[in-house]
Amino acid sequence: MATTKLKRTSLYASGATPINMIQAAFYNEDCIVYDMEDSVPLAEKDSARLLIYNTVRYHRPANKYVMIRVNGLYSEFIEEDLEAAVRARPDAIRIPKVEYKEEAVRICQRITEIEKEAGLEPGKIEVWCNIESYLGMINAYEIATADPRIEALALGAEDFTASMKSTRTKAGLEIFYARNAILTACRQAGIEAIDAVFSDINDPEGLKEDTTLTRNLGFDGKTCVHPRQIDIVNSFFTPSAKEIKYALRVLEAVEEGKRLKKGAVTLDGSMIDKPMELRARTTLAQAEAAGVAIGGNLK
Amino acid sequence: MINAVGREIPEKIGSYVVKPYAGPMETIEADAPVVSKRKPSKRAVGENKLLPDLKAAILATGLKDGMTISFHHSFREGDKIIGQVLTVIRELGIKGLRFAPSAVVNIKNPSIVSFVKDGTINRIQASGIRGELGDAVVNGEVELAEPVILRPHGSRPHAIETGDLTIDVAFIGASAADDFGNCTGQIGPNACGALGYSFIDATSADKVVVITDNLVPYPCVPMSISQMYVDYVVKVDEIGDPAKIGAGATRMTKNPRDLLIAQRCADIMAASRLFKDGYSFQTGAGAIPVACTNFLADYTEQAGIQSSFTLGGMTGAIVDMHNRGLLRTMLCSQSFDAVAARAIAEDPNVLEIDNSMYANMFNKSCVLDKLNFGILGALEVDVDFNINILTGSSGEMMGGIGGGPDVADGADISIVTLPIVRGRIPSVVDKVFTCCTPGSSVAVVVTEAGIALNPKHRSYQMLKEDLDAAGIKTVTIESLRDLAYSMTGVPKPIETTDKITCIVEYRDGTVIDVIRQIKRD
Amino acid sequence: MIVKQPAVAGTLESSDIQVSIFPNPGNGLDIQLQSIAKAQFGDSILETTRAVLAEFEITDAVVSLVDKGAFDWVIRSRLQAACCRATESKFNWKGED
Repeated sequence: MATTKLKRTSLYASGATPINMIQAAFYNEDCIVYDMEDSVPLAEKDSARLLIYNTVRYHRPANKYVMIRVNGLYSEFIEEDLEAAVRARPDAIRIPKVEYKEEAVRICQRITEIEKEAGLEPGKIEVWCNIESYLGMINAYEIATADPRIEALALGAEDFTASMKSTRTKAGLEIFYARNAILTACRQAGIEAIDAVFSDINDPEGLKEDTTLTRNLGFDGKTCVHPRQIDIVNSFFTPSAKEIKYALRVLEAVEEGKRLKKGAVTLDGSMIDKPMELRARTTLAQAEAAGVAIGGNLK
Repeated sequence: MINAVGREIPEKIGSYVVKPYAGPMETIEADAPVVSKRKPSKRAVGENKLLPDLKAAILATGLKDGMTISFHHSFREGDKIIGQVLTVIRELGIKGLRFAPSAVVNIKNPSIVSFVKDGTINRIQASGIRGELGDAVVNGEVELAEPVILRPHGSRPHAIETGDLTIDVAFIGASAADDFGNCTGQIGPNACGALGYSFIDATSADKVVVITDNLVPYPCVPMSISQMYVDYVVKVDEIGDPAKIGAGATRMTKNPRDLLIAQRCADIMAASRLFKDGYSFQTGAGAIPVACTNFLADYTEQAGIQSSFTLGGMTGAIVDMHNRGLLRTMLCSQSFDAVAARAIAEDPNVLEIDNSMYANMFNKSCVLDKLNFGILGALEVDVDFNINILTGSSGEMMGGIGGGPDVADGADISIVTLPIVRGRIPSVVDKVFTCCTPGSSVAVVVTEAGIALNPKHRSYQMLKEDLDAAGIKTVTIESLRDLAYSMTGVPKPIETTDKITCIVEYRDGTVIDVIRQIKRD
Repeated sequence: MIVKQPAVAGTLESSDIQVSIFPNPGNGLDIQLQSIAKAQFGDSILETTRAVLAEFEITDAVVSLVDKGAFDWVIRSRLQAACCRATESKFNWKGED
C-alpha cells in the first residue's frame, strides 16, 4: 500500500556522539533514527538517553520522520529508555530484535501507559519492529498485527543471517526468503516493509543492484548505513518523469472509461487491468510524497 | 562615512586616504601610466650575478631602512626563504621595512612576529596575515607604523602598477635557477609549481634577487621568470620543506557533510544552462572544492562535454579531470599539491600564468572575465551575502583574502560553499564581522542545510529557472541564518576598540572594510 | 541533592562538552569553564550550568566544563548526566511532563 508519508530511507545516528546526531539531520534521509542501542557503549546508556531526549523533544529536525531505537526488550535499560523515548515525542519508537507477538504487545501497552502518565495523546507514537532472527521472521505477520501502533517491520540482515547460520553475501540470496516473508506479512497487515542495509559503503554500484532488488520486490524503504547511500536509495523510490507520465495516462484512461461507462479500458492497444491501475496509483503517491511535480489533473 | 556594504570607515586612516567601496558599477579607472621601479641596467662584462650568500645579495641591492621588500607565498607553510632573508636583514641592522609578500602564511621558526617586535618590519601589506602575526596585529600586541593593508590577489598587481605599493627589493624563491637568474618553481626537490604571484614583482621591483637551493646548468628550463629581470642569484641550503609545500595529491575527503555540500555545488553547476561544451570553472583547494571537482568531472563525462579551462590554484583532482579528457586547459597561477606542480612541466595544456592575468581587473582583460563558475570558501556569510574569509568567530585571523573577491566578481555564477555551523559558531549570520567580498557579487550559498540564491545577483533569474527546471530546491538566506541561530543561539558580538589594525581593500582598490583592534579580557 | 562522588559526562570531541562534578561540601558552587566559544557563548554556558544545577538542587560542587563547541541542549544533556551520576540518582523523567 502506498503512503504519502515517505519512509524511503532511514539513517541511524548514534546517541553517543553529538556531532553525528547534529549532522544526520541535514542529509536527505526521510527517517532519522536516534540510537540508544548498538552504537552506544554500556557505560554511556544514561548520557545517550538524555542527549536523545533533549534533542528529540526540544530540537527535532524539521521535515523528518523521527525515530528512537531503544535497547533490547530484555535489557536492563528498556524501561527507562521507554520513559525517555515516549516523553521525547518521536514519530516512532523502533524496537530491536522482536521475535514474538507478545513482546510487541507488551511494549505497546507500556508506551500507552507512559503516554497517559505524561498527558500525551494516546496511540500517536508509532512502533517499528526490527525483525532480526528466524523466529521474528516466522512470526512476522503476528508481530505486524499485534497492535495498531505498529507501522513497519524492518529486516535486520546481519543478526538474521547469524541466527540462520548463513553467510552474509553482497548478492543476498541468503536473505531472499526472509525479505519475501516479511514483505508478505507487511502487505497482509497493511503496514510498511523496510529492507535491510547494504553494508559496503564504498560500493555504490553494489548498492544500486541491491536497491533495485529492494524496490522490485516491493519494499517501501531501506535502512542506510552511511549518509552517502541516501541519495542513491531515495532515487530508486522516487518515480521517474517517464513513470509518472505513464501512470497519469493509465489513470486518465480509467477515468475516461468510467465516464463513458465502458467495461474494458485500453491504453496503447492493451487492456488496463486492476493491478495496472493500482501500480499507477502507487507511482503517483510515491511521486507526490517525494515532492516531484505531477502534471495533469489527477493525483 | 559609510561605504556601499554599510561599513563605517573614517575618511583618513593615518596618512591613508580612504576611497570607500562604492558598489559593483562604480569602479575607479586609473588613467596614469603603469608604475615600475625597474631600471635599465647593463650587466658588466665578467660580472657574476651569482653571489655567495644572502648577506652579499642584500648588501648588493642597497637595501636601506624604510624600504619595501616582497616575497611570494607559493611554498606555503613550507617556506624557508622569508625566515632566512629576514634573519640576515636583522643581522645587518636594517630597520623599519615595509613587508609586502603576496601573502603571509603561518610560518614559525623564526616567526614573523619577532621581526615586527624588534622593528625590522614596521609596515605590512599582503592578501592575508593568517596565524600568529595576524592575531598579534588584531590583538594590538605589535606596534606598526600604519595599519596592515590586506588586498585580494587581483588587487596586489594593480596596487603595484598604480604606485600605491612600490617594491624596492623582491626576493623570489625558486626550486630551480641558473646563475643568470632564469628560474622556475616547476622542478627540483622543493618544486611548488606556478610562480604566478612573482611575475609582477620581477617586472616592477627596483632590485630582484632569485633564491634557490637547486642551481641548474645554464639555461634553466622551464624558464618561468627570465634573467632579464633578475639582478642577483643566491644559492642557499634549503628553500623549503617539501612535506609542507604540498606533498602528493590533495586527497578526497571522507567527511559526509563536506561531500554533501560538494555534491550540491556540483548539482547546481550541472543544472545551469552554462554547463555546456566549453564551459569554464574554478574550484580551488580545500576539502569541498576538491570533492566538487571530482563530482563535476563525472557530470562532465556523463554530459559528453569538455570544459575549456580552469584557472587559479590547481590540485591533483583538476589534473585528474584534465587527464580524463574532460578539461582542455589549466591556467595555473598557483599549484596546491605536487601533482598539480608537476603537471605544468609535463603537459603543454597546463600553463603557468601571471596572477595579474588571472585576476587583475585593470588589465585590458583578465581571465576571470571569461569564467562561468567560481567556487568560493568562506568563514561567514551574512544575509546580504557578504563574505568574511579573514576573521574567525572571536576576531582571530583565520585566513587570507586570496582570490575570492576577484573570482566572485568575475564569474557568471559564484558559489559560496560552507557548513551552516562550525562547532557552536554559526556561519550564516546577520552581519559578517569583516566584509571581504560584497554580497552583490555572490550568486549562491550552499550549505548542508540548503541552498540560497541571491535575488540581487545579475545571474539570479537564469539560475532560478535552471534550478527549478532541475528540481533543485532553494531556501532564503534568512532561513539559513535562522536555522543556524536556532542551533547555536545568537552569538555575543565581538567587541573592538576604535583603533584600526587592518584596512581591507577590494579588487578595485577601494576600502571595503577595516578590522579594529579586538578587546580581550 | 548531595554530590556523593566525582562524576564525568561527555567527551572532548568536536560539538561535545566534558562536564566533571566533584563534591565541595559546605563551600558552594565553583564553576570553571574552558571553551573554544567562550567569547560568544561563555555567559550562556554558565547560565545553563547554573540552571541545571538548580534543577538538581545541587548547592555544593566543583564543576569543571571543557567545551568543544557544544550546542546548548548538548550541554544541558551532559550536565544532567553528570548530575545524575554524581548524586547517584535517576533522572526524573516526569519532571517535564
